[in-house]
Amino acid sequence: MADVNKIATRDSYGNALVELGKKHENLVVLDADLAGATKTGVFKKEFPDRFFDSGIAESDMIGIAAGLAAAGMVPFASSFAMFAAGRAFEQVRNSVGYPHLNVKIGATHAGISVGEDGATHQCCEDIALMRTIPGMTVIVPSDDVEAKAAVEAAYELDGPVYLRFGRLACPVINDKAGYKFEIGKGIILKEGTDLTIVATGLEVGFALEAAEKLAADGVNAEVINIHTIKPLDEELILASAKKTGKVVTVEEHSVIGGLGSAVCDVLSEKMPTPVKKLGVYDEFGESGPAVELLAKYKLDGAGIYEQIKAWL
Amino acid sequence: MTNQELRKIANEVRKDIVTAVHSAKSGHPGGSLSAADIFTYLYFEEMNIDPKNPKDPNRDRFVLSKGHTAPGYYSAMAERGYFPKEDLLGLRHVGCHLQGHPNMNDTPGVDMSSGSLGQGISAAVGMALAAKVQKKDYRVYTLLGDGEIEEGQVWEAAMFAGNRHLDNLVVIVDNNNLQIDGTLEEVNSPYPIDKKFEAFKFHVINLADGNDMEQLRAAFDEARTVKGMPVAIVAKTVKGKGVSFMENNAGWHGKAPNDEEFAIAMADLEKEA
Repeated sequence: MADVNKIATRDSYGNALVELGKKHENLVVLDADLAGATKTGVFKKEFPDRFFDSGIAESDMIGIAAGLAAAGMVPFASSFAMFAAGRAFEQVRNSVGYPHLNVKIGATHAGISVGEDGATHQCCEDIALMRTIPGMTVIVPSDDVEAKAAVEAAYELDGPVYLRFGRLACPVINDKAGYKFEIGKGIILKEGTDLTIVATGLEVGFALEAAEKLAADGVNAEVINIHTIKPLDEELILASAKKTGKVVTVEEHSVIGGLGSAVCDVLSEKMPTPVKKLGVYDEFGESGPAVELLAKYKLDGAGIYEQIKAWL
Repeated sequence: MTNQELRKIANEVRKDIVTAVHSAKSGHPGGSLSAADIFTYLYFEEMNIDPKNPKDPNRDRFVLSKGHTAPGYYSAMAERGYFPKEDLLGLRHVGCHLQGHPNMNDTPGVDMSSGSLGQGISAAVGMALAAKVQKKDYRVYTLLGDGEIEEGQVWEAAMFAGNRHLDNLVVIVDNNNLQIDGTLEEVNSPYPIDKKFEAFKFHVINLADGNDMEQLRAAFDEARTVKGMPVAIVAKTVKGKGVSFMENNAGWHGKAPNDEEFAIAMADLEKEA
């Protein structure tokens, strides 16, 4: 993979904000003392008059974003997923979600691939929290191309959006002719007939790796990139499940309440299908290099392959 | 308007509060009544607003951070003509736009949904910040309960407003000295309130009687002259003001009067008129 272009989606986020900021004067960016890490710092450098730091006060930052949106601005409020979705959950729910205000939450450092900082900073609950809020759109981009497209689409959408980004540099997989990002529309990256792998975010690239390994064993897996957890592309998932009869979900998130649960919600009601949920199994993360942690939690290509083989 | 005219309206607002809460059979009369004069002064004298054009981008904004006192807010808005007074009888009823706590998407003229304490002030700060970014001269007012300021988010917001010199922001603290579990001192005292806001770089105005129109006028007039810093008006008020058996009684924080109590309350207020 050494020759593959890699970039963390948090970098894509910062870069996309700068591009959008050039086009839209009503776009403002907030951060809670993490501008260097969330990469909103690049926007701050370009547009210092439209960047506001709340200091280490995420709850207030979300409330300020709500007020800015109520007055016609389009705020992107940024912090680590743990604090944006966790610390400020109730502010997101009551000050943004309930009034359906046009606030975009840019949450970086999601999942265990935060790495060395360890469990306090590895948020594996944010998708679950955010998707329970009525009217909240939840997007987890899989690479640089998708992250930039998602930020732009979030700006264009009138309503609250939760954007989940990662710290770890990951391969660019969507730099292909014909790639099109549309909120709520999943993408079939590889067609197959034996089982369906539904992945999101960082795990999409790893799911493709696992599918290659499965192919070598004669197992023809379909791989679907679900970048939008909510609204979920039910049609695409149902069609694929009907074709293959088996579904595996993969996410760098708790298996409780995230992508896997969202997929099960649809399948259990509309077309009961055996599902194996891969993710973090009701436990906290730990310190260590991101790549080693992904291996330990069996969420890299080899780990996904191994788990699927054990299930089949 | 003259102070006497404003007093008359405030008394009507009080009757509306008691009527609405009685109809709802639940709700928060105590803090609505303590702030009735503040609501009245803001909506009939202070704010640049037009009930016929509630979404005017240049209007002044109000955020009821102490959202549970929606009956007082709604009553002042109904008197001002944002919606029919009859709607007040639908407070907290299924299908009525008047939710237990304000919702900006349901009720015309409500600038921000609120009710979870400590959050409204942040939204008000965001609106004041937006005015600065947009180079508009509208002003933003927010009303907080004195118990509400025990919430840490209030001080996060105050820190930001002070550091950002948001002189288009006026924070009013309805200092009736009672919260659900008792007096502020009995529960967890946030005093001294004025010194705290001063420390957060606010211009602070202490009001000895926040139920007095003359004092409210002086305070809001002074607030308009302040440049370079936000203003906090700490208004000493009487919880349950105007209704004999509710005054200074924490028990009436969140309880509706029964039919008999309702009759006494309305008689008290008729006397006042």
